[in-house]
Amino acid sequence: MTGSEPKATLGLARDLGLTADEYDRIIQRLGREPRYTELGLFAALWSEHCAYKHSRVFLARLPTHGPRVLQGPGENAGAIDIGDGWAVVFKMESHNHPSFIEPFQGAATGVGGILRDIFTMGARPIAILDSLRFGNPDEPRTRRLIEGVVSGISWYGNCFGCPTVGGEIVFAPEYSGNPLVNVMCVGLVRADRIFRGRADGVGNPVFYVGNKTGRDGIHGATMASATFDEHAEERRPTVQVGDPFTEKLLLEACLEAMASGAVVGIQDMGAAGLACCTSEMPARSGTGMEVELDRVPQRESEMTPYEILLSESQERMLLVAARGREAEVKAVFSKWELDAVEIGHVTAGGDLVVRSHGGVVARVPVEALTEAPSYDKTRTPPPWLDAARAFDPLTLPEPVDYDETLAALLGSPTIACKEWAFRQYDQQVGTNTLVLPGSDAAVLRVKGTTRALAVATDGNGRQVLLDPRRGAAMAVCEAARNVSCAGARPAGVTDCLNFGSPERPEILWQFAEAVEGIAEACRALDLPVVGGNVSLYNETSGTAILPTPIIGVVGVLEDASRLATQWFKGVGHRIALLGPDAVSLGGSEYLWMLHRIVRGTLAPLDLGVERRVQAAVQAAIGAELLLSAHDCSEGGVAVALAEACVTGPEPIGATLDLPDAARTDLTLFGEGPSRVIVSVDPIRAREFEALMAESDIPWQWIGTTGGERLRIRRRATTVVDADLRGLHQTWRRGFERHVA
Amino acid sequence: MRFGVVVFPGTWSDCDFHYVISEVLHQPVKYVWHRDRDLSGFDCVVLPGGFSYGDYLRAGAVAGRSPVVESLPDFVGRGGYVLGSCNGFQILCEARLLPGVLMRNECLQYRCQSTQLRVENLETPFTRGIRAGQILTMPISHGEGKYYADPDTLAALKRNRQVVFRYATAEGQATKAANPNGSLENIAGIVNEDGTVLGLMPHPERAAERAMGGTDGLLIFQSLLGTLVEDGSFLKR
Repeated sequence: MTGSEPKATLGLARDLGLTADEYDRIIQRLGREPRYTELGLFAALWSEHCAYKHSRVFLARLPTHGPRVLQGPGENAGAIDIGDGWAVVFKMESHNHPSFIEPFQGAATGVGGILRDIFTMGARPIAILDSLRFGNPDEPRTRRLIEGVVSGISWYGNCFGCPTVGGEIVFAPEYSGNPLVNVMCVGLVRADRIFRGRADGVGNPVFYVGNKTGRDGIHGATMASATFDEHAEERRPTVQVGDPFTEKLLLEACLEAMASGAVVGIQDMGAAGLACCTSEMPARSGTGMEVELDRVPQRESEMTPYEILLSESQERMLLVAARGREAEVKAVFSKWELDAVEIGHVTAGGDLVVRSHGGVVARVPVEALTEAPSYDKTRTPPPWLDAARAFDPLTLPEPVDYDETLAALLGSPTIACKEWAFRQYDQQVGTNTLVLPGSDAAVLRVKGTTRALAVATDGNGRQVLLDPRRGAAMAVCEAARNVSCAGARPAGVTDCLNFGSPERPEILWQFAEAVEGIAEACRALDLPVVGGNVSLYNETSGTAILPTPIIGVVGVLEDASRLATQWFKGVGHRIALLGPDAVSLGGSEYLWMLHRIVRGTLAPLDLGVERRVQAAVQAAIGAELLLSAHDCSEGGVAVALAEACVTGPEPIGATLDLPDAARTDLTLFGEGPSRVIVSVDPIRAREFEALMAESDIPWQWIGTTGGERLRIRRRATTVVDADLRGLHQTWRRGFERHVA
Repeated sequence: MRFGVVVFPGTWSDCDFHYVISEVLHQPVKYVWHRDRDLSGFDCVVLPGGFSYGDYLRAGAVAGRSPVVESLPDFVGRGGYVLGSCNGFQILCEARLLPGVLMRNECLQYRCQSTQLRVENLETPFTRGIRAGQILTMPISHGEGKYYADPDTLAALKRNRQVVFRYATAEGQATKAANPNGSLENIAGIVNEDGTVLGLMPHPERAAERAMGGTDGLLIFQSLLGTLVEDGSFLKR
């Protein structure tokens, strides 16, 4: 077998994505030329996707600790203590490259992969959120991608039985050749029952459990570490094929095996499959591992060791059991009709030894595989940036008809109602979903406690393009603000950092700045980053996506009965705007929609004010003073008000006087951080005012709910006077008309 | 009333039914594994939603031939009640415990949404507690919920008053717009001739608590529980 394999050469190493320098390092580390299979292991484990070669030095800047952090980055997922003996486990991951090549299976296996990351920790998944980015909605290709991605998510999540409760769908032409599919999953586990991807205990048996291994997905990790060209679709065979039914069985079997006490450690076979698990698990434990590939359950014949090790077939785990309890593990998996085969054992000495057909095909120190080179490469701001920022949107003419402009924004596919997608997702299985998709954050109760979790994702590529540091900080603030608007205290962050090729200095600069911005905001808001994912090389034919860090925030509501949603609840309620007046049209949805311009500067961000505004909203909801709370984001305060009017079960009008800015368009559609629209029952107005005074934040009353219209005045002149039914229809149809 | 909630590989509403029966209704409840044939300890067996056996071949096709389902005719013959929701309804049809079939939704997409149901027969053990004219709100979540039966079967269903729920507007009109999946004559749920086996596509267990947005689903359970009260203390609401 080994004799028939090609000889490892520099040329082959290059074909597998390694550099000449990296190839030299491998030789140095091994003290000899690598064998063919060994080279495959290095190529996969040292790929950008697995090793974060270009990003690691920057990621070290993120705050990852906190009093409630039970597990930070470096494991399958992060975990945070939420009280009453429970922990929330969560993580976000990208499946951008596969979803572009094969949208249905790409998105489906993205869901499958992140679900496994959660339940390998011992947690039962309770919620999925999808953060999606597509190109021009009018292009036929975009429509095909949306249909494929949404049905892939629907197919996998629904069959598995985890509700999809949130996320965003955003459009910009920069994603046309490279859509983003970021999936976040949230699970619950007893805080003292968290499992980790460790191979402790020399002599303990190593079990392969779950689906059989095929040739699908070989080179998935290396594919995700390169840019695309016009031949991207030829890579379709590297996309894995999912089976949500097997995943559901794997979930139940894993949780049952874990409950038996026979499991020592467990890890999902995700990117780089068996190769990744057999090296990462012993590396975490300071042990080694010996595996026999002939024992690996296979569904294709004549697979080479290289193929078996690097296959990314789905729904598989590597499990280390306690010696002597093998029968218990086998019994559980047999009950669920899944393979559980002992393929090796934990060894001392730190080597990964792979046997096949009686011979050794790889013998490599696990540390050599998991300690990939880390680069701190040249980075420079893009040359066009200063000019882009210098642009003043107020030099453009004002729109003639603001009713029309508001309707156009409300009906733009990024802002409009996403029911077309969400009604294809099971949103309620598990009967925990207290707030369904369609508000700032979804809320899920924690059965057996009085608590609930609020979850949201956010990220604005245009803002990050113009100011990576502030834009990324704003994304953290907005995701956290969404969670605060449900009444929850943000507890932790997961991030998915989607950028172009790090080999280009200006992309790496964007990346480094964005990470710094995330770190600053997380420190200011006391939010640990407990896990995440970096997706680089999001480029097709040399054109990069908008730099898009997506931030997922999980928050805790101490009292699940005290929560808020974004829409107005009735007539005669007073409306207040919390937060600073400073807004900008730079990088705004308005500027893009009306003028197709992505330029200008962002509004200032004061992290102290942000923190106090969020605390004030949480306190007011906790005191049951708010009937609604809605974050102002894309489209500014006017769109936020219109959403509060039309996104509830029954449209409710409002009459408002807005604080003045330099121009009407800036007043209505200017975007800025730390702003929240709330509604208050007039009989509680005094109490609310007292609480706001204590909170030390800028705020003002701006109007009252009621009527059949949305009326907005500025400087005592009516600037918007729109019929509610019309706005409602525009919002309802704005996204759907592009896909249905 | 002793409830058994059946678990097939791929079932996912099992925990939700278990929770409602034990925590909301405070009734004794146990899980029943799909290989079990002994149902003697139960008064009502629930076939929950999910993708039993991955819904491979056809939704409910494999589960409809499982040991536990093969035991159901005997169980029903001895006076037991069976409630199949979502995948459970599909399984009951596949097992011929209920007539007709459930086909792919007319829109060819999965649908998770709230629906309103008109109650067509208040005389069944599952609907006795419901007021005349009352419209129930319950969510659906399925890709294959389009009910179909041949004309003779449909005529028999109507003649025997076996159609129990129809998708309707808030005013009780069974319109095309109120029909989420293209079901024949807006049929959402039916019973067997004796009225002891109910199959419905909506999820009563998801409409059993105020926090989850409504409690209309409880009426089905409360009706069922009322049937065991022989002294007449169970009053129509």
